[in-house]
This record gives sequence, structure tokens and C-alpha cells, in this order.
Amino acid sequence: MAITTATETLNPRTWLYPTPRGLYCEPGDFYIDPAFAVPRAVITHGHGDHARPGHRKALATPETLAIMRTRFQDMPDTEQQALKYGESVRIGDVEVGFAPAGHILGSAQAVLAYKGQRIVVSGDYKRRPDPTCPPFEPVPCDVFITEATFALPVFHHPSDAGEIGKLLRSVATFPERTHLVGVYALGKCQRVIRLLREAGYDKRIWLHGGLMSLCKLYQEHGVDLGDVAPVSEAILETFKGAIVLCPPSALADRWSRRFAEPIAAVCSGWMNVRARARQRGAELPLVISDHADWPELTQTLKDVGAPRVWVTHGREEALVHYARGLGIDAEALHLAGREDEDS
Amino acid sequence: MQAFARLLDSLSFQPARNAKLRLIETYLRETPDPDRGWALAALTGGLDFPSAKPALLRGFGQEKIGEELFALSYDYVGDLAETLALIWETEPAAGPPPTLAEVIETLQRATRTQTPAILKRWLDTLDSTGRWALLKFLTGALRVGVSARLAKQAVANIGGQPVDAVEEVWHGLEAPYRPLFDWLLQGAPRPQSNAGAAFLPAMLANPIDRSELDALDPAHFRAEWKWDGIRVQVAASGGLKRLYSRAGEDVSGAFPDIIEAIDFEGVFDGELLVRRENAVAPFNDLQQRLNRKTVMPKMLKEHPAHVRLYDVLWLEGQDLRGLSFDERRIRLEAWIALKERPRFDLSPLVTFADWEELAAKREEMRADGIEGLMLKRGDSAYLSGRPKGPWFKWKRDPMLADCVMMYAQRGHGKRSSFYSDFTFGCWRDGAAGGLELAPVGKAYFGFTDEELRWLDKWVRDHTTNRYGPVREVEQKLVLEIAFDGIARSTRHKSGVAMRFPRINRIRTDKLAAEADTVDNLLRLLTKSGPESPLAGGMSHAHYPSVIVTEEP
Repeated sequence: MAITTATETLNPRTWLYPTPRGLYCEPGDFYIDPAFAVPRAVITHGHGDHARPGHRKALATPETLAIMRTRFQDMPDTEQQALKYGESVRIGDVEVGFAPAGHILGSAQAVLAYKGQRIVVSGDYKRRPDPTCPPFEPVPCDVFITEATFALPVFHHPSDAGEIGKLLRSVATFPERTHLVGVYALGKCQRVIRLLREAGYDKRIWLHGGLMSLCKLYQEHGVDLGDVAPVSEAILETFKGAIVLCPPSALADRWSRRFAEPIAAVCSGWMNVRARARQRGAELPLVISDHADWPELTQTLKDVGAPRVWVTHGREEALVHYARGLGIDAEALHLAGREDEDS
Repeated sequence: MQAFARLLDSLSFQPARNAKLRLIETYLRETPDPDRGWALAALTGGLDFPSAKPALLRGFGQEKIGEELFALSYDYVGDLAETLALIWETEPAAGPPPTLAEVIETLQRATRTQTPAILKRWLDTLDSTGRWALLKFLTGALRVGVSARLAKQAVANIGGQPVDAVEEVWHGLEAPYRPLFDWLLQGAPRPQSNAGAAFLPAMLANPIDRSELDALDPAHFRAEWKWDGIRVQVAASGGLKRLYSRAGEDVSGAFPDIIEAIDFEGVFDGELLVRRENAVAPFNDLQQRLNRKTVMPKMLKEHPAHVRLYDVLWLEGQDLRGLSFDERRIRLEAWIALKERPRFDLSPLVTFADWEELAAKREEMRADGIEGLMLKRGDSAYLSGRPKGPWFKWKRDPMLADCVMMYAQRGHGKRSSFYSDFTFGCWRDGAAGGLELAPVGKAYFGFTDEELRWLDKWVRDHTTNRYGPVREVEQKLVLEIAFDGIARSTRHKSGVAMRFPRINRIRTDKLAAEADTVDNLLRLLTKSGPESPLAGGMSHAHYPSVIVTEEP
């Protein structure tokens, strides 16, 4: 529910609005997840379409800053300010805080307060438990900005355990083949490893070289990945019956030729739709996503209770339609630099 | 139902034959009767429940989430059954999901008006994969890339039997095939093969070329034309009449004109053709008649089917398969001579004294409707499978055309990292003046592993555009394409369709501009046209001499 009474006169679009460089907060003179380098940025999480290099100042959670340093050669030219979940800081006339988003390690919702009005920029989020990061916290607000990656009623992500079960069943059915699992390097990779461990799989999990540095970072942050090793270190390994994780692009790359009759598994929310799974050449599609599905998105609108909702990147139309049906003042917000990422 | 749904789901994403077999075998081993039997029936096409129409599914969806959200969802997914399966939510209070047997037995009893309520209850209990499988099943669109033969191979494998042993008993059994599983897995006696209109596993030939022939004595062999149709078996006994494909699939439904014309008992081996006024129509015409559940009268009239017989397996209650080819041939010719049947005629023997003479006859024979020659040992018994030695196929040399590679797509399984499926085109006048390439075919074999690596690298180095798994390439690599025939096609942009195209050579020595034109291909079409005298005039009436065969 609305937490203030003095907001009726203040139009939130006057102090937070999209620009070609990204979402801009005027009274704080900062951008949130800008698509280009800016003087001051607030970053919700480390994925490439949200965290970019080259900002003069960057505010983010300690984990997100660590991820950015790993990806952007330490970012020596960026003045970094770490802010933990639950803490807040004043930038200009705006109070900025972070709440967990449940998307990946370090992912946060940016909570902005100005003149008694509160806007939550949720970034990317999901609601189901993730062993690699704390769960999403609903924050009551006047305006809730939500993603819409999977905002269609066809997206019901099944249980993680069930999907991991599919992978393990396939490994049992084809013990002489290599299972190559295409995963996004940041977040998805480490979550899938954790899910495999929780399902009791304790053998070595092999990794494409491109996944190593972020796995190391997760381990440093206390996420136990068990026995993992890069494929390049394998000696006399046939990879028969092995599980090998790699970026999705490597599935069809010449890199994959070293394996025994590989079966291409792809972990992504898009795998929910058969035509998309086929397009990606998946022989074993696994619906494991770091984004909220339709029930999670619609439940979140109810949980945060914001009278206004702005819908960004994805299938805005369906979620706007649904929110209006709940009596919410909903509209699409078009942001620069957001892609249909692999999620 | 859930286990069957998981199987269908896995099959639909798995392109490799051996992997599909493994998945079906695992399912059949792990699933109890009668579910596995019903699953086998579904995979072999033996079940048909067209009980859910698209309008019903759309109505369900709109009721669930409203018209607007359903329209957006359907627009995104592009498949009605899948959309409904995805938007529906499992109702935990609705109880356990039905077994496959329950689904089938219920549907067999339910009336049309009862179906919607039953269906809704099942949708509530199943998960989304289960709903997808159920809806696909009910709309009769179970496309998971499994042939009846493949499913039978899987069931044979779990019992360690050859697939032909399953074929022999198959048509005497009914779903859910309890006696079949008892035999294969429990050591029960083998079910009786139905002596009536059962399919008898076909005898197949091995390919041969001119140089290999010199090692063989021509006196031991008989020659027949190899017709460009579809190998079939005509089986009739005890009032049952059937037409089977070479793989044992019952195709009677698509050829009522043949079934109606069966006024005899026996089992015959022959070639299914479309024949008009004594001329064999191109293969393309026969294709129009395949895979149809119902045949329109117009189709029957304009594409009349015909069977050209070349062997007899069973006659007058006697199994002739143990006899020699020559003895069977005498009986076949005698039987044909008894009565004229417009839908059936005899494939004549081609006489020759030595391989040179036969090679010359093969060279002269350029008619459409003939693919080459069959060579069969006169003393060969009819053996199922592909025994080495008794039967050979000596195909006509392929036609060749120089084409330009246009697109490449990645293969599957071992080839999944290789660009191994190539679309190629020939030149024609473009819309904007000048010449443009029109795609004329697609080939994914004919090259060695080494050539594949070369082609893959070439594609990666010359990509100009990407569309999902497909790459468009620079129009500069000439591929010499070999193919067995060509026909006009309205489904292909260029207006022609090649039969059995494969890559014969990579012509790096040629420039793209020197490749063939679509007009050149069209000229091949008229040269080998169906009007040529040889393809016609082969009816029984015109061949009184076929009774006299050359004795060895």
C-alpha cells in the first residue's frame, strides 16, 4: 500500500525517468544500470546488460562490485562504493538503499526515497529459493519497477529439482555420452552446480575455461561447489558419462568436439517453449531460470502492493494488461540497452 | 501418462536414431503392462482419437486466462496444444494423474459430449509435459519422429529378438500387446503369426557397381528393372486384404483402389506406382498419395495406383519362400496369366547374355520411372533382411549438376558442432534484372569426414548472416550435386525438386558464375519425362512373352 500521503502532488516521473543512457534519477544525479558509461551509476547486479565498465562512480553491493572487478580488469578508474543489503546512503536529495532480489549473488533491488515517495527498481529478480543468494524481499512502495522477461501466462517454471532430475536421468540412460550443459557464466552456472550437489551428485563437474573465474569468486563468497575442474586440465579423461558445463555459445563450437557424442543440454527459462528449445539446438532442454515466471511476477505485484507499476524489458504488454485488471496504474517503461538475455 | 509424456518429450528433442531407440527401450522395460502396450500402440500409429478439436482447446484457454492474455500467449508459442498445456495450472487437490491405460480406456467409452469434462479433470492432475502429451495425443498430432519400424525395433531389442521376428507376429496381435511382452520378457511362447494377411518381412538387396559384377557369373542371375516407386507387399487371406510398406507399415488406408482390386488370396512382392494410360507417372505423383488417412475421389481418379509384381511369397495356402527365385517366378507368371487385372501387372525380366549386354541396356534406359536394375540369383530363396550375395541393386548413374552453396545448418549428435546440412541453388533471372540464386535442394551427405571438416571451416569463414542455427554464406562455393531424378514442385521456390540429392564433389576449381541454371535442370526434367515410351506399355496385355523366361 502507499506508504505516504504527501505524494499525490508529486508525479514520480518528474524525478525518475528513462533517458537514452538509461534510467535517470534527477534529484540524485545518478543513473540506475545505465547502458553507457556515466559519472555516477547505481548497479543492481553484475550481468552484462546491467553492469557496464567505465563509470566514474559506482554504487553496488560488495558482491556485485567483486563481480564487476572480476569481469572488468579490476576497474581501477571507477570509484567504488559498497552498500550492503538493508543499509542506505544519501546521494543528492535521494536516499538509496538495497534489498535482496534473489536473482544472482549480490543482486539487489534499488530502493529510492525522495520527498516521502518511494520507488523500487527491482532489476532482475525471482522468487523461488536459490542456494547461491538470499531470497527476494518485497518492499512496500509507491512505484514498483518490474522486469517482464517471462511475463506471459505460458511461463510456469517447473521445480528445479525436477529439471535436475531430468539431467541425471539422461546421464543414467546414456552413460557412454558426455552431457554438455549450456549455462550463463554468472549465476546460472553456480546455481546448477549447487542444485546438482543438492540432488546428491558428488562426482567432479567439468567446466569450460570461461566459467572458472566466476566460480572461484562464488567459492570465495562461501558457495560450496564441490569438486569442479576446468576441461583443459583433464588428463586421460574420456568424459564418458561426465557432466560438463559451458557457456551456451560453446555447445555448437569446435570446442565441443573433444567430447564423447555430446548431448546438448541447455538451462534457460526459454526452454519452456519447444520451438525456442529447438531453435537453440537443445537435445535436453532444462527449464532453469534466474528470472521470475508468470506466477512469481503476478504474486510480486500483489506482495509489494504498489499503486503504480512500470514494466520494463520483456513482454510488457501482458503484464501491463494483468496489472490494470488488478486496478494498478501500470505502464510500459522502455529502457535502453536491455536485451532478451539468456536466462 | 506422466512416464509416457516424459518419453514423448525426450523423443521430440532427440534427433539420433540410436538414442531414440534407447529411450523407448528404457521406457518399455520400466513401465508395467498394460501401459507400455498402449504406448507401443501410440508410437506405431495404432491408436487414433481425434476427440479434441482446436476450437475446444481455444475455448478452454480463454476461459482460463481471458481472451487477451490467451491471444498474446498463443501468438508467442505458436502451437495451440502447447499453449494450453503451458498456461494451465496443476490443481494439487485434483488427485493423481491418470495412467495411460486409464486415458485410453476412458476415451474408448466416452461420448463426444462427455469428453470436455473428462479432459479438464485430466489437465488439472497432469504437469505441463503431461498436458502437452495428452493434448497432442488427442488432437492426433503426435509428431516425435518415431516410425512404426523404429518402435518395433525397440521392442525387439528388449527381448533380444531380431525385428523381423516381431514383424512376423505383429499383425496378429492387438494393443496392448500383452502376449508380445510375455514372450519377449517373461519367456512365454512366441505368439502365433497370423497366417492371414500378415506382413512377411521383406528381402532386401545390396548395392553393386559395374566393376564388382565381373566377379559374378551372369548365368546365375536374373535381371529386372528397378522401378522408381515404393516397394510394397500385397497380402490377402481369409477375407483380409492388406497393403504393407517394405517396413511392414499397413498403408491400406491410403490405397483403397488397390485394396478394392484384390480379388485373390496370396502374398506378393511388388512396386507401388502411379500409372496413367499405361505410363508410369513420376515419383512425385506417388508421393501425393502417401501419408493420407482419407483419399478424395479426385485423387483416386487423377493419381491411380498400380502394383507391378515381381515376386510371390505365399500362394494357394502355401509358403513359397523356401523355393528358388526361378520356381517362384514360374508360379508368379502362371498366376498372372490366368486373369487380367488392371491394377496389377508383371515386372518383366530383362534378358542378357553377359554383363556387357546388360550394361548397354541399362545405359539405354533413361526413362523416368526406372531407377536401374535389380539382379537376383535364380537359386535364391526368399530370406528376410538384407542377406549378402543373392540380390543386388544396380542403380542408374546419377544425374549431376553444379550448384552454389547458399545456406548451411549444423547437424546433430556427432555432427552437432559441424555445419553439415547444405542448401544449394542454381541461377535464374532475378526480379531486379541480373541473375539470382534459387535454392534447388538440400544435402547432408556424400562427403568424407575430411571434406566435412573442410566444408565446416569454409562455412565459418564465409558466413554473411545468421538465422538461429542457419548460416547464410557467400555465394561462391560450387558443389557438384548428384541426384537420382528431378520433378516439378510447387513447394520449392525454384519450381523443381531433386530426388535423393547428395554432394558428389566440391568444385573449388569452378567459379560460382559457371554453375548451372534452373533452366538447365528443367531441361533434364523433359529429357527423362514420363511420356517416354519405355515407362508405358508394360501392362500384361502388351507383354505376352513374359511367360517365357530364359532358363539358366
